[in-house]
Amino acid sequence: MAVKKRMKDFTLMEKIYLPSIVAGLSITLQNMFKPKYTMEYPEVKFMPSGHYRGRPVLVQEEDGGERCVACGLCSRVCPALAIDIQAAETEREKERYPERFEINMLRCIFCGLCEEVCPEEAIVMSKEYEIAFTNRQDAIYGKDKLLTPIADLQERIEFLRNNK
Amino acid sequence: MGKFILDGQEIGFKPGQTIIEAAKEVGVDIPHFCWHPSLSVSGNCRVCLVEVEKMPKLAIACATQASEGMVVHTESTKALSARQAVMEFLLINHPLDCPICDEAGECKLQDYTFSHSVGESRFTEEKQHKEKRVPLGPHVMFDGDRCISCSRCIRFCDEIAGESELTFVNRGDRVTIQTFPGKELKNPYSLCVTDICPVGALTNRDFRFKARVWDMSNTSSVCPGCSRGCNVDVWVRSNEILRLTPRENEEVNNVWMCDEGRLNTWKHVNAGDRVDGPQIRRGEGLSKATWDEIYSKASAELHGFTANEIAFIGSARSTVEDNHLLAKLANHLHCKNIDFPRHIVPGSGDKILRKEDKTPNSAGALAAGISPVKDGLAFEEIMTAVKSHKIKALVVVEEDIAAMDEKYATALKQLQLLVVLASNFNATTELAHIVIPAATWTEKNGVFINFEGRAQRIRPAVATEQMDRSLDGFSMSRLDKFGTKFDRWGNYKKYDARPVWRIFLDLGHLLGLKAKFEFAEDVWEDFTKHSPGFHGITYDELGEMGLTVKKNYI
Ligand code: SF4
Ligand code: SF4
Ligand code: SF4
Ligand code: SF4
Repeated sequence: MAVKKRMKDFTLMEKIYLPSIVAGLSITLQNMFKPKYTMEYPEVKFMPSGHYRGRPVLVQEEDGGERCVACGLCSRVCPALAIDIQAAETEREKERYPERFEINMLRCIFCGLCEEVCPEEAIVMSKEYEIAFTNRQDAIYGKDKLLTPIADLQERIEFLRNNK
Repeated sequence: MGKFILDGQEIGFKPGQTIIEAAKEVGVDIPHFCWHPSLSVSGNCRVCLVEVEKMPKLAIACATQASEGMVVHTESTKALSARQAVMEFLLINHPLDCPICDEAGECKLQDYTFSHSVGESRFTEEKQHKEKRVPLGPHVMFDGDRCISCSRCIRFCDEIAGESELTFVNRGDRVTIQTFPGKELKNPYSLCVTDICPVGALTNRDFRFKARVWDMSNTSSVCPGCSRGCNVDVWVRSNEILRLTPRENEEVNNVWMCDEGRLNTWKHVNAGDRVDGPQIRRGEGLSKATWDEIYSKASAELHGFTANEIAFIGSARSTVEDNHLLAKLANHLHCKNIDFPRHIVPGSGDKILRKEDKTPNSAGALAAGISPVKDGLAFEEIMTAVKSHKIKALVVVEEDIAAMDEKYATALKQLQLLVVLASNFNATTELAHIVIPAATWTEKNGVFINFEGRAQRIRPAVATEQMDRSLDGFSMSRLDKFGTKFDRWGNYKKYDARPVWRIFLDLGHLLGLKAKFEFAEDVWEDFTKHSPGFHGITYDELGEMGLTVKKNYI
């Protein structure tokens, strides 16, 4: 059975603490001159790369229309039932579009399944993580908040294509 | 009855039966696209290929007659690989349209691709493109790309609807469906082709893109469009009806229903002119009142008339339960003037399904006792008596009498008391002193009795203010199950309306009627006690399919 080391068994060097304090301070000193990992949020903002799963957004084509065909697969797969869609007919070749497309950000858990299931690459996870509201109604994001120009989403789309 | 062996199991067959029919009877579903139990055999899709021992080649189960001692394999290597090959062929030119296709979720091609195909295509060439979004008629949209040329729609028009409107044109991979020159797909049953089309090539223009099938709940009910009483499913999302589809019942409608019933029997349920809460006439217009207010006002006013000055008009659009309580109340008040208007449209029937009586429950209204008691007045006589001030108080159930005839409208203006039970505002409610909101056929339980004396259940599919989808045992979609009142789809409109029988029960209590019913089922039980033909028949016994009662009882 191991004998427990007691206070009175410390060596002199251990008893005077000083060497340990110096050792600790030297680590602090070293780190003061290394690059920093923390950020002064919100003055400084975190800019994630393409792998990041921020809030889901809808891809807006260059002509201003949405890519989504309102197939409802994202709404079906969403484990949190965050997505509510009403489809309607359009004259364009794709035949249907979402007349209403809403994501309830209080329900969304940022899992990215909607993005994964979408057959049209029409819904993708953005880099946006600043999501705050003061009442339930504001938490429901409609097309106005969801549609994002495709140019702003290139990085994510490339990430998705490379990591199929 | 002979016997043959299907996948190692001995099953019986009737002479002349094909393998697919015999298998279906014992619950084995041999994959098929073009074969349909109610249509002739066409044998063109080839997906039902099975291996029959001692036959040199694989045989199509839909056109091969079963014979004594035959040994059939549906899951042998040969049969499986043939089926997979057929699936691969069918998918060569089929577009990846599922995201924009209304059939998705109830598509035979999707189902079979999932269960019977290898899931990969070796076809890298450009697919054939055909015309998309072609209206074939007023109700049906055609998509050439999706058609798998099974010919079910053509055979339906030829054999069931009796009007040849569709045909194949071109051949090989260019083959497509067209209407005959100068014709449209507009027979009275045209929408049935959207039910039997195994893919999304033919879709319902009225329902187009309204909802995904998996987001809706479906409730077994009965079409109120005519006295046939076709069995239907009512499809609802967010408490709103989006479509009706026929429900199989060989005794009544097989798998069909007419376009009129499918499209025009439920629009009023969602319409903007619903009576939402009881209304009382104050001066010129109607204004909202509470249920207690209208019950006490109606009962107090009815008290002021003698039995001969009152008349009740029931309806063949209301259920047996509704009419039963109306008859009970009239009887309690010793009122003999009770009848219901008929809605017979000569020439509107045919030999297929449609009947000339445009109400679902004439037989039920009669069975419930909605007919003048000895010396009482019939409908026409009541209206004449209203005109001549002999009848001073009238209670009308779910009938827009003022719209039926100009002279009725004038007559109704003479009344001292007009109580109308209606689901929507109409010409009669315009003249009413009290309007009581009645639940529609999709918002209550009840029974309709069709022209043959078949009693069939209707069930609530849309919730009114007093109902709750989960507590009241509604059919529920995924959205219904998990929605909250903070979700748009869970935060839907519910109308403040009640079933007619409940209205008469509550009103009856104030008039001294002693009756105690909690549910529609209790009213039905009371009705069966008093109607010999229905003795002991419960809701459970009526089940999904209904029961035919001997005609001489009704
Ligand atoms: S990220 Fe997940 S939870 Fe959020 S909307 Fe998409 S599927 Fe739903
Ligand atoms: S899965 Fe894609 S195309 Fe389908 S509804 Fe969602 S965003 Fe639109
Ligand atoms: S018909 Fe079926 S397989 Fe074809 S696109 Fe429509 S849902 Fe998909
Ligand atoms: S339209 Fe539909 S029912 Fe008609 S042939 Fe084509 S796949 Fe068959």
